[in-house]
Amino acid sequence: MSLSKADVEKVASLARLKLTDEELATMTRQLDQVLQYVQQLEGLDTSSVEPMAHTADLANVFADDVLRPSLPRDAALANAAKRDDECYLVPAVLGD
Amino acid sequence: MTNTAYETIIGLEVHVQLQTETKLFCRCSTSFGAAPNTQTCPVCIGLPGSLPVMNRHAYALGLKTAVALNCTIPEFTKWDRKQYFYPDLPKGYQISQFDLPMSEHGWLEISDPKGEFATKKVGITRAHLEDDAGKSMHDERAGKSDSRIDLNRTGTPLLEIVSDPDLRSPAEARAFLSELKLLLTYLGVSDCNMQEGSLRVDANINLHIPLDDRTAATPIVEIKNMNSFRAVERALQYEANRQFDAWQSNPVELGKPGGHKTTRGWDDQAQITRIQRQKEESSDYRYFPDPDLLPVTTTAAEVAAVRGQLGALPAALRVTLIEKYKIDEYDAHVLVNQGQPLVDYFEALAAACGDGKRASNWVQQDVLRLLNETETTIEQFPVSAAALGELLKAIVAGEVDNTRAKDVLQEMLDTNASAADAMAQLGIEKVDSSDLESLCRELLDANPAVVADLKQGKMKAVGALIGQAKKKNPNVNPGQIKSLCIELVQQLPS
Repeated sequence: MSLSKADVEKVASLARLKLTDEELATMTRQLDQVLQYVQQLEGLDTSSVEPMAHTADLANVFADDVLRPSLPRDAALANAAKRDDECYLVPAVLGD
Repeated sequence: MTNTAYETIIGLEVHVQLQTETKLFCRCSTSFGAAPNTQTCPVCIGLPGSLPVMNRHAYALGLKTAVALNCTIPEFTKWDRKQYFYPDLPKGYQISQFDLPMSEHGWLEISDPKGEFATKKVGITRAHLEDDAGKSMHDERAGKSDSRIDLNRTGTPLLEIVSDPDLRSPAEARAFLSELKLLLTYLGVSDCNMQEGSLRVDANINLHIPLDDRTAATPIVEIKNMNSFRAVERALQYEANRQFDAWQSNPVELGKPGGHKTTRGWDDQAQITRIQRQKEESSDYRYFPDPDLLPVTTTAAEVAAVRGQLGALPAALRVTLIEKYKIDEYDAHVLVNQGQPLVDYFEALAAACGDGKRASNWVQQDVLRLLNETETTIEQFPVSAAALGELLKAIVAGEVDNTRAKDVLQEMLDTNASAADAMAQLGIEKVDSSDLESLCRELLDANPAVVADLKQGKMKAVGALIGQAKKKNPNVNPGQIKSLCIELVQQLPS
């Protein structure tokens, strides 16, 4: 399998990345190399290996439903690019 | 309301907020109505390095609901990231469940005591746990100004319940939602408050149109923005008509060119659905397992334990009431649909007076009416089931007639008196049988025309005497007056 420029353009658009033509060419080549490297795994016989959902051999880790303090609002909003007294401000969200 | 020109195919997606103190993956409060952005922390606003931990209670509530919906509970479940960008989603992904949901393949039975549709089991495709997004607020009047984002709701636990496309009319869809809400209320897993967003409904609908040689399907439409069950019913009715009109003017089929799924929003003011702007590449969510969360395993024994603790659920409770108290299906629906506390009151009342049918009538006609008038709940109703039971016993014993008993109940409410005291306060006492007989003789002597009618078998004539009897003694029982007068007339020489 070989990665196409169109594949990379789509992934970039889903990630909201704007790439120049030059970057697109570089990314396509590099990502393709990464995939080919990982593709070596396909040569292994995994028919006797159980699928796993997590690398840690743990399950059922829960926390009790007990309230803990939240962040003060000013701390929560500290990294906002734009804010007012109460809320984050973002370019107008229209429609729903 | 069946339109034979087509079959309506409806499936529902219901998001239910689970009643926890804290969020699904952090310990911020889930309470509604707090000042904006005062219930957030590094986990729910997606700051780097923060780690989510599953809320034990949220999982338990989800499991309880899934079991009550007759779902299969897989031994192994995990959580996945659903990636999309939206300003109310600070992590850049929703934590949801993709290929291994915590429950699937269940059903919920719906029925209509008025018989508008046949009783049916509606399939539940799956029910899974996920976190909620925040809230964006946009002031239309301010034109192109910024939207404000409140992340208090971000991370609140939701159970997404997806039905199979088994519903065949808007009325069935509404019945499904009512029954689901009732079940959730009995389980105590959610307050189901639609105004506060605790219960949200999206609907998928299309039509199957029989042609000469095959059946054609119209493109599927997902309807959003419905704020009540009534709105869901109306939106579906509108959309079925709209799709049929669209088909007649331009037959486009599902899956054919131009036949892709679209999203429409319900405009409650205009009572129409409108096409919504499609989110770009919205279907490409690039799910992958969330590496920050561990899977959950559930044993068959744990599921059995949950099932054993469910308590009486609406469908089974209706059957019990019908069998135990000899009431009909419609009555059982009315009582059970009011919730467990009212059913408890009814059962206590039926036990106290020993007459289930009478208890059912009194609860439906009088107790519910009084609760409506005073806008209170059965828990606040000042007359206990035992006290009302004494009054119903007095009716059964012929000490007071049904109509006067309603005055007695009002007196009990007004003066906080027992049934016996309220009857005494109203001057109601059992009329002695000899008094009753002399009253009847008096009436017959004074009304020879009525006596003549009765002799000729015109039994309705006795009605005139009942009114007169009540004027002379308000405590008399109309039924007793009627039968005694007829009896006395029959004893007269002809």
